[in-house]
Formats: sequence, C-alpha cells, structure tokens
Amino acid sequence: MTDQTMTFSGKSQSWTRAKTGWVIFAAACLLALGNSVLPAGLNRPPEWLVLPFADWINAIFAFLRDDLGLLYLTRAFADGVEWLLDVTANLLYGKNRWPRIGPIPWTVIASIGFVIGYALQGWRLSLLTGGTFVWIAVMGQWKWAMETLSVIVVAAPFSILFGLVMGILAWRSKTFERILNPVLNIAQSLPHFAYMIPVVVFIGVGPKAGAIVTIIFSVPPMIRMSLLGLRKVPHEVIESGHMCGSTRWQLLRHVRIPTARTEILVGVNQVIMQCLAMVVLASFIGMPGLGQKLLQLLQALKIGRSVEIGITIVLLAVMLDRCTKAWATKQPEHFEKGTSFAVRNKFLLLGIGLSLACLALAQFIPLMDQIGRRDAFTISKPIDAVADWFIVLIDPVSQWLRWFLITWVLIPIRDAFLWMPYAAVLALLAAVGWAIGGLRSALVCLAFFGLIAMSGWWDRAMITVYTVVVAVSIAAIMGFPLGIWGSFNEKRASIALLICDTLQTFPSFIYLIPVVMLFGVNDVAVVGAVVLFAAVPLVRYTIEGLRQVPETLIEAADMSGATRMQTLWKVRLPMALPTVMVGVNQSVMFSLFMVIIAAFIGTQDLGQEMQRALSSTDVGKGLVLGLAVAFMGLMVDHLVTTWARSKKEALGLE
Amino acid sequence: MTAATPVISCKNVWKLFGANPEQYLKSLTGNPGFDEIRQAGYIAAVRDVSLDIAKGEMLVIMGLSGSGKSTFVRCLSRLIDITGGEVAVEGQNIGEMSEKELIDLRRNKMGMVFQSFGLLPHRTVLDNVAFPLEMRGQDRHARRARALEVIELVGLSGREDYFPRELSGGQQQRVGIARSLAIEPDIWFLDEPFSALDPLIRREMQDEFLRLQEMLGKTIVFITHDFDEALRLADRIAIMKDGVVEQCDTPDQIVLNPATEYVAKFTEEIEKSRVVHAGVLAREINGHSLTGAPISEKQTISELARLLVNDNRDFLPVANAAGSLIGAMSRQEALDVLLGEAS
Repeated sequence: MTDQTMTFSGKSQSWTRAKTGWVIFAAACLLALGNSVLPAGLNRPPEWLVLPFADWINAIFAFLRDDLGLLYLTRAFADGVEWLLDVTANLLYGKNRWPRIGPIPWTVIASIGFVIGYALQGWRLSLLTGGTFVWIAVMGQWKWAMETLSVIVVAAPFSILFGLVMGILAWRSKTFERILNPVLNIAQSLPHFAYMIPVVVFIGVGPKAGAIVTIIFSVPPMIRMSLLGLRKVPHEVIESGHMCGSTRWQLLRHVRIPTARTEILVGVNQVIMQCLAMVVLASFIGMPGLGQKLLQLLQALKIGRSVEIGITIVLLAVMLDRCTKAWATKQPEHFEKGTSFAVRNKFLLLGIGLSLACLALAQFIPLMDQIGRRDAFTISKPIDAVADWFIVLIDPVSQWLRWFLITWVLIPIRDAFLWMPYAAVLALLAAVGWAIGGLRSALVCLAFFGLIAMSGWWDRAMITVYTVVVAVSIAAIMGFPLGIWGSFNEKRASIALLICDTLQTFPSFIYLIPVVMLFGVNDVAVVGAVVLFAAVPLVRYTIEGLRQVPETLIEAADMSGATRMQTLWKVRLPMALPTVMVGVNQSVMFSLFMVIIAAFIGTQDLGQEMQRALSSTDVGKGLVLGLAVAFMGLMVDHLVTTWARSKKEALGLE
Repeated sequence: MTAATPVISCKNVWKLFGANPEQYLKSLTGNPGFDEIRQAGYIAAVRDVSLDIAKGEMLVIMGLSGSGKSTFVRCLSRLIDITGGEVAVEGQNIGEMSEKELIDLRRNKMGMVFQSFGLLPHRTVLDNVAFPLEMRGQDRHARRARALEVIELVGLSGREDYFPRELSGGQQQRVGIARSLAIEPDIWFLDEPFSALDPLIRREMQDEFLRLQEMLGKTIVFITHDFDEALRLADRIAIMKDGVVEQCDTPDQIVLNPATEYVAKFTEEIEKSRVVHAGVLAREINGHSLTGAPISEKQTISELARLLVNDNRDFLPVANAAGSLIGAMSRQEALDVLLGEAS
C-alpha cells in the first residue's frame, strides 16, 4: 500500500514536496535499520505514552448510563422496538404474541413478492422476488429467514426516517453539518463489532438488540444521501417553488423532498443492504435467524448446509437490492384518459386477489401454509459430495498453496511488520503524507497512527495492517488485470460490472463460506476471504475508470497511430487512475471490515480482541479497538482522496 | 395608485456578491468600475440600476451571459435580496416586506417562467400548473378547473396527465408558461424562456407568446441574450453589460441612436429597416407641402421599401392608427436607414 502511494506521489507532486517526503522516508529507513540499537522507547510505545482511553470511555459510559439515567431511556425505546418486533414476528413466523393471527402462509408472501417484482420492473424481477421466497420455503428455512426479515422490516423504517430527519437538519444548518460530518466519517469506518458492544451494555442481547444495532449501523448512508439529494435539487426548481408562493414548509414538503426522490431512494436501498449485512452479523449478540444458523454451521464445518443458507442470504440480498433500485429508478408514467380503476390499480388488485386465493388454498392444503423441516428439500448432501470431491481433487494444490503462503509469504511479512519499530512506521507514514499532501497530510497520518500507538494495541494493530496490506496487494495483482481485461469491450464491461454489483450486495459473512471450505480455519482462509472481498471494488472501479475515459481522447490516440497497448498505457490508464484509486480506497475499507469479521475463524489481530471485548461487554476496550480500525481506514481515505483530488485537478477532470 | 405610477420602480439598485457586500457598498464613493470592484473581492452583478416599468409594458432586458440580467430580474421579485437601493412594486418597497407579505405578493401578483423550465418532475402537467393554486390553498375543484383553462390557453389540452419527462422541450416550456399564468398575475417575469429550445421551436414559441400577450396585456419583464428576440418582442429594451444598464429605450431608438459603443456593436449587424418604424422618423411638418396618400406610423421601413424607391416625393406624410397626420418622413432619411448611409 504505502510503497504504491510513494511512487504515485513521486511522479505527480511538485519537486520540493516530494523531496521532503524522501528525506523523511530516509529517516524512517534509518530508524528501521538501526532497530537493534534503538532505545526501547522508540521500538514500542513506552508505557507513559499509552493512555487509558478505555477506562475513560468506560467512565463516560457509566456516567451516561447510571448517573444520567440514559439506561431507562434506551430500555424504554428498546421495549417499543420489541413490541413492533413481536408484531412482525407473529405475522411472519407465528411467534405467540399480539396480534396472534400469524403466521401468514408462505404462499401469500411469495405471491406478493411476485406481484411487487412485476410491478417494479417486469417478469425477471418478479421471478427473482417470488422465486427467493419459494426457495426459502422449499428449503425449509422459512422460520430463520422470517426471523431475519422481521428485524429488517422494523429497523429499516426507523433508519430511513431518522436518516431523513438528520439529513434535513444537516442541510438546514451548516453548523450541524460540520459537527455531523466527522461523526459520520468515523461511524462509517467503524467495524460492525464496535457498534455491538455499547448496544449490549444499553439494551442487552437478542432480537431487540439486533434490531437496534441494525438501526444505528444503517443510518449514516441515509443521512448522506438525503443531504446529497436536497443539495442537488436544481436551483430553478426551488426558485419556481418560491415564485409559486410556497412557504418554507411547503417548499420542503412539495418541492425539495419529491425532487430529491431518486437520491433519497438510493439512500433507502443502502439502508436496507446495510440492515441485511448487520442483521446477519448480529447473530454474535444473540440475534436468531439466518446469520446465527450460518455461524453455527460454519463453526461445525457443515459445508453443504451452510452453502444452502448462504444461497438464501445471497438471494435475499440481491432481491432487496434489485427491488429498491428498481423503485429508485422507476419514473412515473401517465395513464391515457378514461383508463378504468381496475387498469390503473391492476397490480394492487392482482396482489390482493392472489393473496386471497393462496390464503384460501392454504386452509385446505397444509403444504401451502407451512413447509416443515420434514417436508423440506435439501441439497446439502450433493453439495457436500461435490465439495468433498473438489477438495480432495485440489488438495495437493491447496495444501501446497497453504504451506507456501504461510511459510514464505504470510509469516515473513508479518514478522517484518512486527519487527518494525513504531517510530519508523510513524516516520514512514509521515513521509507518504508529506509527499501527497504536504505538512497537513503528514500531520493527519501522524495523528491517526499516533493515537493507535497511544491506545496500547500496537502489535495487534500491526497484525491487522499486515493482513490488509497482503490482502489488498494480492487483490490488486488479481483485480487490475481482470479490470483491464473487462473494460475492453462494452458487453464484457457491462457483464463484469453486473457481477461486481451483485457480489457487492452480499453480506461480508458469505465470503467466509468458500474459503473455509477450501482452506479450513487458519490465516490463509482469513487472507483469502479478505482478498475476495477486497478484489470486487478494485475490479469495478478499474473498469469504470477505464470506461469513463472520453471517447475523443481515444480517437485522438488512434489517429496518432497508437497501438492498443500504447493507448492503454499512455492514455487510458493515466486518465483512469484517479477513479481506480477510489477503488483502492474502498478495497482497503472493505478489507478492514472483513479482517475484523474474520476474527471468529481465528486471527490474532484487533478483531480477536474485539470479540473478547464483546463477550466481556467491555465498552471502553471495544470502542478503542474499533476506533483504531477506523483511524487506519480514515488515514488511507484521507491520503487517497487528497491524491485523487490533486490528480483530477491536474488532469482537468473536475 | 394612479395610472402614472409605474408597476415596478427601481432606484439605484445594487447587487454585490462577496464577503460583506453591504459594508463595502457603503464605503464606495463615486462610480467604480466592474474590475475595480472585482479587485476588492466582490462581484458586481447589478450596479446602480434605476428604471421604471409602466403598466402593460413589455420591457426586454438584453445582455450576454454574466451581464447580470438574470440576477436583476431576481431582484425584482426578491428571489435575491438586493445590496443597496430600492425596488418598489405598485408603490410598495418589497425589501421591507415580511416573509408573509412577500409570499402573498407572489401568490397573487407575480408569475415567472424559467430558462430550464423548473418543473416538478414528480407531478403531472395538471398538477404542475395547479401547483401555485395549491400553495394558495384553493380547493381541488377550483384548482383543476383553472389549471385546465390555462392548459388549453397554451395549447396543451389532452396532455394533462403527462409527466414533464414525457414532453418535448417546447411543450415543457408551455407547461412553465401555463403555471406562471395560473394565478392570473399582473406582473410576468420570463427569464430566457426560449433559450433552451431549438431555433424553429423558439420562433413558434415567440409567436405564441405574442399572441398570449395581446390577449392578456400583462406587465412583462423578459430576459434574453438574443438581440433579434429582443427587437421582435420589446416595447423597450434595456441593454446590460457588467451589471450596468447601458441603454434603455425603444428598439427604434436603440438601432438609430445607440448610446454607447457597446450598444452600437450589437446594432451593427442588424438590418435597421426591419426595426425602425415610420412613426419614429416622422418630423414636424414645418410647412412642407405634403401630397399623396399617408403611410402608417406602424409600418417598418423595410415594409415601405418598394414605395420609397419608386416614389418621388421628398417628404411622405405619416398618419397614426386613427388616420390623422402626425408628421412628415424625409424620404432620403428613410432610404438611408434602408440602404445604409452614403459614405
């Protein structure tokens, strides 16, 4: 990572700034080379430098919880959420709570799915939506899936409403936005587990804790998208609203929000996807449903069954994503004059009719009501057989690969990272920062990693950094050529982008299934999962960057007699680089998240400590660890965006 | 309000953009230029503009992009608060109005058409046109009836249920026009309404606009960067440059007697005979003996071209619409306008 940025900066920045960078880089090398004679205080953070952040945070939380009585407030809110959860739980899978009319027969929900899909986009989406529910029912996973969905159904509206209100407030008040922005930046780079610990303290465990952690986790993108949407409303539309004599409220209600519809619905899409990702992970705090099942099955190494659950989660993710996206892009269309009520509302009537029919049929045919485990299909046996066969087949390769990676790549690199004195690492980062953005960026880098050093988790943090560096490098080696290959013609690009988009909707948890299957539970599996997860944005942005290069430039290159390779190297890649770097940035973020999640298949980094903090509900420790991870992400984000901005300005792209 | 009171009256209107424009404006002495103000870190969008707009008049504000014309028209409806000076609408200073009074003024007196239409994408044509009525709190039926009326007026009957996205640019602007007329405003602002349309449609819309104006007789402030359009539509033209009104006069006078070099540059390429009317060239009779049939003051010189060339009278009598003589036009002078002065 750092080496890459160095070379980029060397080329693009002014001579003096790069030179200062190199001087600090030389100092970093000196510090590293003199490791053996370095005083201990420069090798590892000395004790006086490590501050008890965790104790301070715990004290603040104790004050909030006990002295301010926040606990009662949160518990009251949680009780309200729980009541809603009980209602949806009763309707969806027949939990014995008010209103005690559930469960709704699966055929009714599936047929509503078919109709919604058809209304939003047509028969393809209809097949996906309805088919997902049919698959879930037929595979006997109805109850688990409904447990998961019942939480999303409650959590998503809260997040959407809360996000919209916060977005409007941020749009109204510059001060509020200025306060909110850094909070959102940190919130969006905190790993999932960091959210769970405070929730466990304030709420407890179980579905309501799962719902609340989901709400909190999925709000930030909604705030961002609402703000963006409100900002993007064309000036003339607002002026026309003024000239029509709207009051401020009318303007917001009738002009601004409806005109920002698309962005707001994209926010809704992101909220729902975040909800699904979080709800699956919330199994760590006792949230029942698909996530918990997957966790248990993976831990028991039952590959076939976990693949089944994995497919369900993937189907749900793709379905929710496609439906909300279709909703966001759907434009209103008029009916010809004199169209009858039945035609105008055909989807509503169709939905009601189908539901009633299914409801009636379910009274006589029990299989249309519920499919119990005994009647359910399973494909776990053949999957297991295929998996076993495949694993035996590639065993020599995977054995060798595992041995090679562990002994010759992973362990040496990890040792190298751990061997580095912390002073040298800080100096190195300062050098990179200076080369890219001058003094300011150097200070930003120093501040973020300095705080990590002061947290007392330096070695753990270095292990996390090493995993991410290795994984992103491997992902880059695989992803860039793949992206370049994918961008060569329009058809290939659109297919590749579709695959990437689909892969990005999968909750991170899913990526663990294949690697555990292939490599078992060890470092290689962790790196493998991170590589898979991190490669997706790299491929995606490489393709997008290359496709965005203006056609006239390529025509100009062609007319200058450039070969395809020359066009690629001299025209396309330099122009695409800023976009590609956005991919690198996202890739680093994704890897950080994944590394932490992978903790449960065995790592020794910050994630493992975070799991410990979770099981001992140590808020202070959990947040310190979470912030350490967030700071790594924020530093990379700062460097990449600073670099990309100056590069784009230089290229005249923005 | 007497008939002589102008509908809109601007006195020394200033609009500066920058850090602390009011204070800076107070510190100004004399008449600083655009560049001088820019050096102080401010952008002068409107500089010391004073003009009156009479009832029923069509004032066209002409200028290139960045000349401040769009900002100026927004000052007239207080979409933008001015930095200095005073804008009065029907004798009332709009700068001093409360938000409520301002909203009332817009709900009852003003309509505006925008260059990129400013339609609400989620509403049908009908709902877009009814929008200002809805804001006023009129009930659904009255709204619908009035909206259908104006939709018919702009020739969009049958498209009430379409969404803006489903219409062509010209049709979208018709919706914009219909919406601005829905409340029956007295004052009509049009900010480059036809600039986003292609030339053929633009011509058609100008005709349409003239037809509407003839029917409705509103007080109009029309913004354009197209000099031909200005000449075609205007009772008076105000030419703006760097925030200053260089000249404000009838098309004939602007073409015949450009006040500044900048205005002269604009008129250079214009065929004057198409703009200048006989009435403008008519002088006092002063004892000339006039013979033959009079020409109408409304006729342009180019329309009279054949007569001017064939006739041999030195002075032609000019009559107004009622048929009474108002003066005599020198044939030589008219031919100069037609053919360009002999050099």
